[in-house]
Amino acid sequence: MNKTWWKILGSVLVIYTAIAGLLLGVPRLPILNESIRNLYFHVPMWFAMIVLFSISVFYSIKSLSSKSEIDDMKAVESVNAGIIFGLLGLVTGAIWAKYTWGQFWSFDPKQNFAAISVLLYFAYLILRNAIDEEQKRAKISAIYNIFAFPMMVVLLFVLPRLKDSLHPGNGGNPGFNSYDLDSRMRMVFYPACLGWILIGYWVYTIRFRLRLLENKQQTN
Amino acid sequence: MQLAKEVKYLIHKEVLLEWRSKYTINGILLYVVSTIFTCYLSFVSLNEEERLTWNALFWIIMLFASINGVSKSFLQETKGQQLYSYMLASPAAVLISKTVYNTLLMLVLTTVALGFYTMVFNDYTPPDLLLYYVAVIMGSISFSTVFTMVSAIASKAGNGGMLMAILSFPIIIPVLILLIKLAKNAVDGLPWENSYDEIGMLLLVNVLTVATSLLLFPYLWRD
Repeated sequence: MNKTWWKILGSVLVIYTAIAGLLLGVPRLPILNESIRNLYFHVPMWFAMIVLFSISVFYSIKSLSSKSEIDDMKAVESVNAGIIFGLLGLVTGAIWAKYTWGQFWSFDPKQNFAAISVLLYFAYLILRNAIDEEQKRAKISAIYNIFAFPMMVVLLFVLPRLKDSLHPGNGGNPGFNSYDLDSRMRMVFYPACLGWILIGYWVYTIRFRLRLLENKQQTN
Repeated sequence: MQLAKEVKYLIHKEVLLEWRSKYTINGILLYVVSTIFTCYLSFVSLNEEERLTWNALFWIIMLFASINGVSKSFLQETKGQQLYSYMLASPAAVLISKTVYNTLLMLVLTTVALGFYTMVFNDYTPPDLLLYYVAVIMGSISFSTVFTMVSAIASKAGNGGMLMAILSFPIIIPVLILLIKLAKNAVDGLPWENSYDEIGMLLLVNVLTVATSLLLFPYLWRD
């Protein structure tokens, strides 16, 4: 039980937010209206992605000093799981934008920067494919991963503040800060973030175990 | 002080090698000049309002010229040459000397390019040329710090050219966005106070890049 409690917690939280997020009351804000509910499904994706990419950087640093294959596998699988959440974040954002801005993709700075940061991790995966030798691949891709991480932080957290965006919370558009007054949304939003981070971590552990098994099969 | 001595010696070596063949600098200069000329021929009907295009075009030309120029630094060296310099100097000295040399190269290149560019596209010269030149200098520094490290990674990975572009574009885009914004301030003739944010951010990104490169390079060069 002590190993599965967080998986149950994650599932319960995500089921709860799916139901409560669609049924509970939300404040009426201009422009956003009912589409404000997307906050529960779109924003947690980015939180899960950031957590997974941070795990990946952690294991990349570890694999540079330990030179262990396990650490390298952990790094690449957390990137794989993080990319899933990055793509889901882009898709949920695009669907929301279709109904609020009128277009799936309107080249808003936030959309562009998010897409570029996902691109960064695709480049990481391509770099891995380009190298055949396992130890060399582990070392070089770990270096690129660590080198790229600060750039992703700049891309996602610093640059959007310098640019005008239509994204909620930017440039006088109603956004996260105005919800702070409304505790109804917090009741769903915080559990949603925690739930999706746990689910993301779960996805990563499953992927890691799968790869470990594949690896064992190949060496035997 | 050992490090400073090594760096100085290695930079001297790089400059001397370049001076003897003059291959990179002449090649890149010809590349830039012919690209600018091609752009002029295709954009000759640019309207007076299209300063934005003028600015974007310059940075695209600079981006590709610098990717070609800087990627030479590690990709061009043979395995034997690399081994030799690693035996003589510390990895930090190798990286710093390459970065400084590339910065010098880029400074020469971008200055000549900007001169030629303003000469060809004479009508669009930005009102605040000094600020524009500051943006160009910041650009040369940022391009060389980022591309030097990425070219080291790409050269270790084997097939250089394509990997270099794939790996460096996502990393350079944030820098490029800042550079284009800063350069646009100069084109619009805004007062300098409006640009301090961008200059500060660019300096910060460069410090970050150099610091991570210095930390990571010692792991990279050992085979």
